Parts: sequence; C-alpha cells; structure tokens
Amino acid sequence: MISQEKILERLFVYLGRIAPASTPIHPDVDLIQELGLDSIKVMDLLMELEDEFDLSIPLNVLTDVRTPAQLAEAVVTLMEPANGTVR
Amino acid sequence: MALFDKFAKLAQDRAALIQTELHPFGTRIDEIYSPTEGRIGSQRVVLAGTNNYLGLTLDPDSIKAAQQALAEEGTGTTGSRMANGSYGSHMALESELADFFGRRSVIVFSTGYQANLGVIGTLAGPDDIVLLDADSHASIYDACRMGGAQVIRFRHNDAADLERRMRRLGEQAKDALIIVEGIYSMLGDQAPLREIADIKRRLGGYLLVDEAHSVGVLGQHGRGLAEELGVEDDVDVVLGTFSKSLGAIGGFAASQHPEFDLLRYASRPYIFTASPSPSSVASVRAALRALRARPELRTRLWENAHQLYSGLAGLGYQVGPQASPVVPVVLGSPQQGMAFWLGLIERGVYVNLVLPPATPNGQALVRCSVSAAHTSAQIDHIIGAFAELAITSREAAVNS
Repeated sequence: MISQEKILERLFVYLGRIAPASTPIHPDVDLIQELGLDSIKVMDLLMELEDEFDLSIPLNVLTDVRTPAQLAEAVVTLMEPANGTVR
Repeated sequence: MALFDKFAKLAQDRAALIQTELHPFGTRIDEIYSPTEGRIGSQRVVLAGTNNYLGLTLDPDSIKAAQQALAEEGTGTTGSRMANGSYGSHMALESELADFFGRRSVIVFSTGYQANLGVIGTLAGPDDIVLLDADSHASIYDACRMGGAQVIRFRHNDAADLERRMRRLGEQAKDALIIVEGIYSMLGDQAPLREIADIKRRLGGYLLVDEAHSVGVLGQHGRGLAEELGVEDDVDVVLGTFSKSLGAIGGFAASQHPEFDLLRYASRPYIFTASPSPSSVASVRAALRALRARPELRTRLWENAHQLYSGLAGLGYQVGPQASPVVPVVLGSPQQGMAFWLGLIERGVYVNLVLPPATPNGQALVRCSVSAAHTSAQIDHIIGAFAELAITSREAAVNS
C-alpha cells in the first residue's frame, strides 16, 4: 500500500516544477487559488500520479479536492477497496 | 461569499487583458458578404476564424430548402420530440444520415454540444469508466461529469499511453468507453485512430469518435477520420455536428448497436429541449446532399489547407503538428496574442484567439481555419498579413 506521505512527496516534486517559485508549497496550499493552477494542470497532476504509482485514478476524485493533502488522502481512499484499480 | 464573488478573478483577468473596444472574445461581425468575407467595424476582413469548412452557409440550395421549410412549417417546433412530436423532416434527416454513415441508428440533437452531453452523459454512468484523450473538447468533459462516469485521461494522441492505462484497468477495460476526436479543434491534428482501433480489438472496450471537425473534411466520401483510415467497423458511436461543414446548427450520433435508439428515452439533453427548427433541418439535408455530390469541395478545402499551412510555416511561425483545415499559430503570452489578433484585423484578416486553459501546453494561439470557399488569393492575403506582422515583431525586438 502506498502511503499518503509518499504521494504528498511526489506531488511536491511535480508542483515544484509547475507552480510559481515565489509561492511556498505545503500540504494545505490551495492548488488553484494560491498556486494559480488551472483545471488542466490539476488534471495533469493526477496523470503524473497515475504513472508514478501505476494506478488508475479517475478525475472524479478531484471533486472535493483543493489542496495537496486532500488529493493525497483522496488517492489513498480510492486505493483501499480495490488496491489501485478503479472501483 | 456572495453569488457573484466567484467571478472576481475573471473580472480582474478580463480587465487586464481587454483594453480595447474591439477584442477577440465578443467580436461583432457587422456584415457577412460571403462564406469567406465580412465586415468588422469599418474593416473588410477575410473570414479565417469560422468552421465553415465546405463554405456551404450561403449555398443556394441550402438557403432555398431552408426558406421553403420556413414558409411551410414555420419558425420553430416549440417543443421536444418526446413530448411534442417529431416532424417528418427530423426523421428524414436521421434516415439520410444513417444511409450516409452506413449505420442502423442516428439520433439528431439540437446542438453538437447537446449530442455529446446526450450520448456520452447517458451511456457512461457512475459505474462506467471513460478513457478520454486529454485534449478532448469541453463538451466531452462536461458530458462525463453529467453522467458521473469514472474518467481516466490519456496523453493527447498517444496510443501507447492509452494502452498502458487500459492495461491498468485489467478486466474493467473490456467495458470501458474510449473517446477521441477525428480532428482536434485547437491544433488541427488527427487521432491515431488505426492504433487506437487496434488496442480496442485486443483489449476490448467501446470506441466513440467525435467527428465534429472531420465530417465533410476527411474520408473518400467525407465520413470522417474513421473512413479515411479504414476503421469504421471498429467505431461504436460516431458523434458529429451540423454547425461546421454542414453550415447550420444541430448535432447527431450514429451507431450500429441495436440498443442505441433506446437513448431517446433516457437522454435528458434529447428529451428536455426543443427539437431543431424546420429551416435548420432542411438546410442540413441540402448541405448533406452537397457534401455527398460534390467531393471537389473537399479537394479544394485541402488545397487551401496546405497552402496556408505551408505558407505560415515558411514564414517561421510555429504551426500545428500536421496540415489541416485548422491551422494554429502558437504565439506565447495572452498579451502577445491580443496584439497579434488586433494586428491581423487591421490587415483585413479575422481569426480566433484562444487562451489557456482552452489551449494545450498553456500557450496562446491564433486559430486560423480555411474553407473550400476561400480563393487562393484570399489565402495569400492571410499569409501576407502574417508576414507583415512577423516583420513588425522582429523590428520591435531589435528596437527594444
């Protein structure tokens, strides 16, 4: 099982590449309001996580996600019932 | 938060970007002289920002058919086909499209957007998985959201990436819905449909192709990319629109599946809206006859496409990945895009400016589109305007 911390760690690497250097990246930063990501960039983040962890993560997990911590938690929750496959 | 507060950033962005009365996000075209010429303010322009691929919007036969339907059946149907009935012309159009595509069922919708909502959003529910190209049109994303399907994106035009994602799904891939477009509306490139059909044959799934920009444009008979590449039998659902090569408004879905017609009783965007107006249906039927009878329109369209694509590439502009009736030119920042768009209007050329996130890779681009109705001289005029702006940009760079 992949931990929430591990997912967060990878997320920070990707965010470091695409977010403005002046904005600090932390687990509770708002991806859109504070980091200025648009919807496409947020969806691309998900794609990167899918490939990093060899998972299927449907876009639907983004519905209630605003921060990296929430995204990592949503991915972990998704993995629980089917160990990495889409439910 | 008050109801309209959510638009504060939008208002701020708009104010920063739009500082002229004339701008690309609400352009008023004051007069239409032909499928390829109009007037914006005091400026006569070549229209290179439409989807009028075959130039049929002012086709005499389409206009005559529309006028006759208007006189005989009135200005509108005033209701839904489910509740208020279909006109004979709705059924005739569906039958003619079924014959054209060689498919058992065709359902006509009031717009292309609604065709996508009505088919994808109804077919793919919360228990279904959709694999869609990352550059898919907004209507496809909206449709998936409406139906609540589980959506997995794959990298644009990357069949190997699609296969990797399908393999991750294991057995679930067999029932997944794969969605691609014949020609992508922003970059003008075509889906690698042969490879995708091959993946479907090996791993299962259903294949839906949105041929909105490719019907009338690709294929020996104009049926789109699937015909062009000889994979029509692998496509479960063809989606399309009447508002591009057919020059009117409306949309359709065509399928060979015997159950497809049941969507009429389940698709809310089909049921809960007024049916297409008689004049629109009549002009589409006439345009479809023209599309079938006049393949020379496609030949002319592609001659124009190649002329513009090679002309702009020859000037050193970064154009799309392949020659196409949609020719994008990548420009950089939104501000550069705005200035460039205004420069083109001043030189008598109307194109579309498209900004992120509607564009791939976060870059502003001007989207030019050609028509079979453009003359070679008009294409040269467009290229000439781009050439002048290239010189102006270089001079500005030297002086700064």
